[in-house]
Amino acid sequence: MTALSDRPTTHAPAVGSDVRRIDGPAKVRGRAPYAYEHELDSSPAFVAIVQSPVARGRVVSIDASAAEALPGVLAVLTHENAPRLGEVVEEIRVLQSATVQYAGEPVAAVVAETSEVARDAIGRVVVRYDSEAPDVVLSVDRDDLYAPEQLMAGFETDSVIGDVDAALAAAPVAVDVTYATPVQHNQPIEMHATVARWDGDVLRMWDANQGPHNLVPVLTSAFGITEDQLHVVSPYVGGAFGSKAFTHVHQLLAGMAARVTGRTVKLELTRQQMSSLVGHRTPTIQRLRLGAEADGTLTAISHEVVEHTSRNAEFAEQTATATRLLYAAPARRTTHRLARLDVPAPTIMRAPGETPGVYALESAMDELAVALGMDPVELRVHNEPARDPERDVPWSSRNLVACLRQGAERFGWAGRDPRPRVREVGRRLVGTGVAASTYPTRRRPSQCRIEAVPGKATVVSIDASDIGTGAWTALTQIAADALGVAMAEVDLRIGDSRLPKASGAGGSTGTTSWGPAIQAAAQALRERVHAEHGGQLPAGGVVVTGSSGPGEEVERFSMHAFGAHFAEVRVDRDTGEVRVPRMTSVFAAGRIVNATTARSQFLGGMTMGLSMALHEESVLDAVHGHFANHDLAEYHVATNADVGEMDISWLDEVDEHVNPLGAKGIGEIGIVGAAAAIGNAYWHATGRRVRDLPITPEAFFRGE
Amino acid sequence: MREFRYEKATDPAGAVATLTAAPEGAYLGGGTNLVDLMRLGVATPDVLVDVRQLTSTEVEDLPDGGLRIGAAVPNADLAAEPRVRERFPLLAQALLAGASGQLRNRATTGGNLLQRTRCTYFTDVTMPCNKRAPGSGCGAVAGYHRNLAVLGATNRGGDDGHTCIATHPSDMAVALRALDATVRVLGAEGERAVPIGELHRLPGEDPSRDTTLAHGELITAIDVPALPWATRSRYRKVRDRASYAFALVSVAAAMDLRGTGPDAVVADVRIALGGVAHVPWRATVAEDALRGGPATEEAFAAAVAAELAAADPLPENAFKLPMATNLVTRTLLQISGEARA
Ligand SMILES: Cc1cc2nc3c(=O)[nH]c(=O)nc-3n(C[C@H](O)[C@H](O)[C@H](O)COP(=O)(O)OP(=O)(O)OC[C@H]3O[C@@H](n4cnc5c(N)ncnc54)[C@H](O)[C@@H]3O)c2cc1C
Ligand code: SF4
Repeated sequence: MTALSDRPTTHAPAVGSDVRRIDGPAKVRGRAPYAYEHELDSSPAFVAIVQSPVARGRVVSIDASAAEALPGVLAVLTHENAPRLGEVVEEIRVLQSATVQYAGEPVAAVVAETSEVARDAIGRVVVRYDSEAPDVVLSVDRDDLYAPEQLMAGFETDSVIGDVDAALAAAPVAVDVTYATPVQHNQPIEMHATVARWDGDVLRMWDANQGPHNLVPVLTSAFGITEDQLHVVSPYVGGAFGSKAFTHVHQLLAGMAARVTGRTVKLELTRQQMSSLVGHRTPTIQRLRLGAEADGTLTAISHEVVEHTSRNAEFAEQTATATRLLYAAPARRTTHRLARLDVPAPTIMRAPGETPGVYALESAMDELAVALGMDPVELRVHNEPARDPERDVPWSSRNLVACLRQGAERFGWAGRDPRPRVREVGRRLVGTGVAASTYPTRRRPSQCRIEAVPGKATVVSIDASDIGTGAWTALTQIAADALGVAMAEVDLRIGDSRLPKASGAGGSTGTTSWGPAIQAAAQALRERVHAEHGGQLPAGGVVVTGSSGPGEEVERFSMHAFGAHFAEVRVDRDTGEVRVPRMTSVFAAGRIVNATTARSQFLGGMTMGLSMALHEESVLDAVHGHFANHDLAEYHVATNADVGEMDISWLDEVDEHVNPLGAKGIGEIGIVGAAAAIGNAYWHATGRRVRDLPITPEAFFRGE
Repeated sequence: MREFRYEKATDPAGAVATLTAAPEGAYLGGGTNLVDLMRLGVATPDVLVDVRQLTSTEVEDLPDGGLRIGAAVPNADLAAEPRVRERFPLLAQALLAGASGQLRNRATTGGNLLQRTRCTYFTDVTMPCNKRAPGSGCGAVAGYHRNLAVLGATNRGGDDGHTCIATHPSDMAVALRALDATVRVLGAEGERAVPIGELHRLPGEDPSRDTTLAHGELITAIDVPALPWATRSRYRKVRDRASYAFALVSVAAAMDLRGTGPDAVVADVRIALGGVAHVPWRATVAEDALRGGPATEEAFAAAVAAELAAADPLPENAFKLPMATNLVTRTLLQISGEARA
């Protein structure tokens, strides 16, 4: 094999080429086992969950006798008899007490011989509650809003530079607007599922998650076992978007059920259960105040966020953090305040923070452009900061202006008439809008092991996670180049907690974290073979490890991907129906490893942004405290028919600072700002500024 | 979910006998609605009598130029049937506006007529709902009701045992209502013909009953009488997304226009609305107002306004009134415009 020459030249580089998904054929043939499909046992048992309809209160009594009497029922777990869990965060202390903190909280679980019997039995568990009226309505007037210690991902809660109020008061042109986004739910096609089994004192789990190692600290602590006593396997995952990042109650319930019954158990949540058991995106209320000189120079930016978290957890979404860097302005302020409500714990949903926050900022920027009588592209270009405006460090690379220019060109922005409600095609009002996008570039500690044996495919092991993104393919490409072999000569192993520890799939960090770890291991292999074996791979083979993690670049640079979205919107003037016939988006996201899977990520993000703009809203029932529209017939996500022409491109951006791969992460930037471009186009079409999402048909009739 | 027995009868009469003897049983058509409701614990039949292979899958000509549609004709086939497309375009359009390709392949004509409301409190057994659990109250009135009824509902605030503001979700039924179809029903006592306007009922004092059918009555066919001017007809549906969503408001309309140009007169007209009531809503007030009058935008808008005068919307669904007004007006203008052309 040629793996070990210093400058591998026998193979065209795989990175950057347009390789199809290597896991595609197995997936379309149904041969790629997802969590629930692992056939480990000819007679597994099944778990079904009894959920509280009460959002706030306590369980007074549980009568499980009728359920237990049903033939086929193996056990009914309640807070009275369930195994005690070790230390875990409160939001997942399932069946440990009589307290109920949100509608849908599990109060019992049935283990039965078949899923049908389990589901029959849950209807026979009689639970009595003491309940109080839930408190689920978020508003800026609540007197219990509080500032969290810090935000998710360690961001500061507030940032203040200069005298913002004075700058706003003095600004010749200003906007003061409040935007709201609703609760949204991740809807991956694969519902959360776990198969669990205890082999003696070893817990094995085949599970849908965003990285088996993510589960290790929680499961070992919960079940009082060591890392060696836990094995989590997750080779294929059918989408996640953040909902499978953390350990949720169903994984603990599966482990408990398996322990109590001594059986292999299967637990799959229903779509309806996903609304309460695996998190949601917090609603936000965001006040944006922008001040500018008459020429469009921003003098002040203020972005104040109110959002919710649950009684049992503090999830502080970093909604205004992108506002800290998108535009230059001498006076600037971002704040975040939370209300603790009787709701399930919120969680990560694609680009948490940036998605709702940039929606509001970029909508307000459009309003400012209108107030200034300035083209919205030019307003953004005009306020381009030379350095990170709050951290005062240089950009590792920043090509927002190039994205805006290229996007404007491709979209045909030039000569746009800025006036609203002056274009019609048939009975449809037509408008166009623009918005910027940004997403942080990070990497997380990851380790990789490589085993090279002459004449065999090189085994590359890393507990990376492919949640449908294409990691199987991209990492094989990266490994092939790093080793100087063809992709077919790489035997990649991912999705298993017994593999070298790596970060989970999330925060658009997968490729940027795992890729450099693979590169480091390949480099170690090359060095070892040269130093110890004279450049020839010995017959017995060589095993090496390599690792990668954030370095000094984090302090020296402000590192972000950027993008620009352009959208055309058509609104039926009779019915208010909104359609988006076309979008053009341009991204600057560093090196693109695989054009096909990258395009899928951008496209998926943009589609989710469109869906957020027009469709997605989980309605909290103020009386009962539950999410009323908790299935896919009522919680609308965009269908194929809603997605028009999607023109996606990216710049050939070279960034030597971010990581050895030069990649910036592409999983989330596509959604950021997309909803603002559509909302801005809606205004341009109709003259109506809708400041709360989604923009459903009735928005057109409000106030009429 | 409850365990159930699955039965296949050999003929319609056998099916009726089986179900009549099983007070908690149900007929199974394509199952696209019933099986969902069983999974949710909303429907708990102990016996399913499969009628998909039992009732007709044929569309036959009636002597008057109308059509007889077998109860088991799949929605997809009915939409594609050339005689339907030619004689009753509004019916084909309504079918195609519903659900998705896969569901339309599976769903039957009989089952479509009897599909149940999509009210989210009805489909959640932990919530109060007078339709599912009579006397438990109506969760929708104080809760999520954006897509529920503005006409003909019973609304006494939600806490009483009668309130129900549910809508009937079928698109097809709206077109059939405009066409004055007749539903042919087989019961233990023999056959009867039910005008479609008498099939579905308003919630009144008993929201648990969607229709006037007795337990065990089997829909065998639907007769659509001839309506020569239905060749100029339309079904339009307003929905949240481009496909695969229930109607916020829909209209099925046909018009018989006499004369030409500005002097044209509406000799006859059919208008039915979907998404607004517990039944496919026949807009008789609007029809009466239009018959014999001019085919102008003003006349159309005034007629809808008269129809909707009886509406009693809630804050979250009040938008349906201007939406319906615009939709009906525009649809009638389109039909009359085509007629003039
Ligand atoms: C996701 C989704 C989206 C949908 N969107 C739409 C939409 O946009 N528009 C729309 O109109 N519909 C829509 N539907 C509903 C769909 O049209 C109905 O589910 C379907 O028409 C029901 O037909 P079926 O044969 O499957 O009925 P089944 O589910 O088999 O039966 C429905 C009811 O009818 C009874 N029944 C069936 N056949 C007979 C008979 N011959 N005699 C007496 N009783 C009978 C059953 O006992 C049951 O009570 C949607 C459904 C789903 C799941
Ligand atoms: S509107 Fe009707 S179906 Fe809905 S909750 Fe009220 S009673 Fe039940």
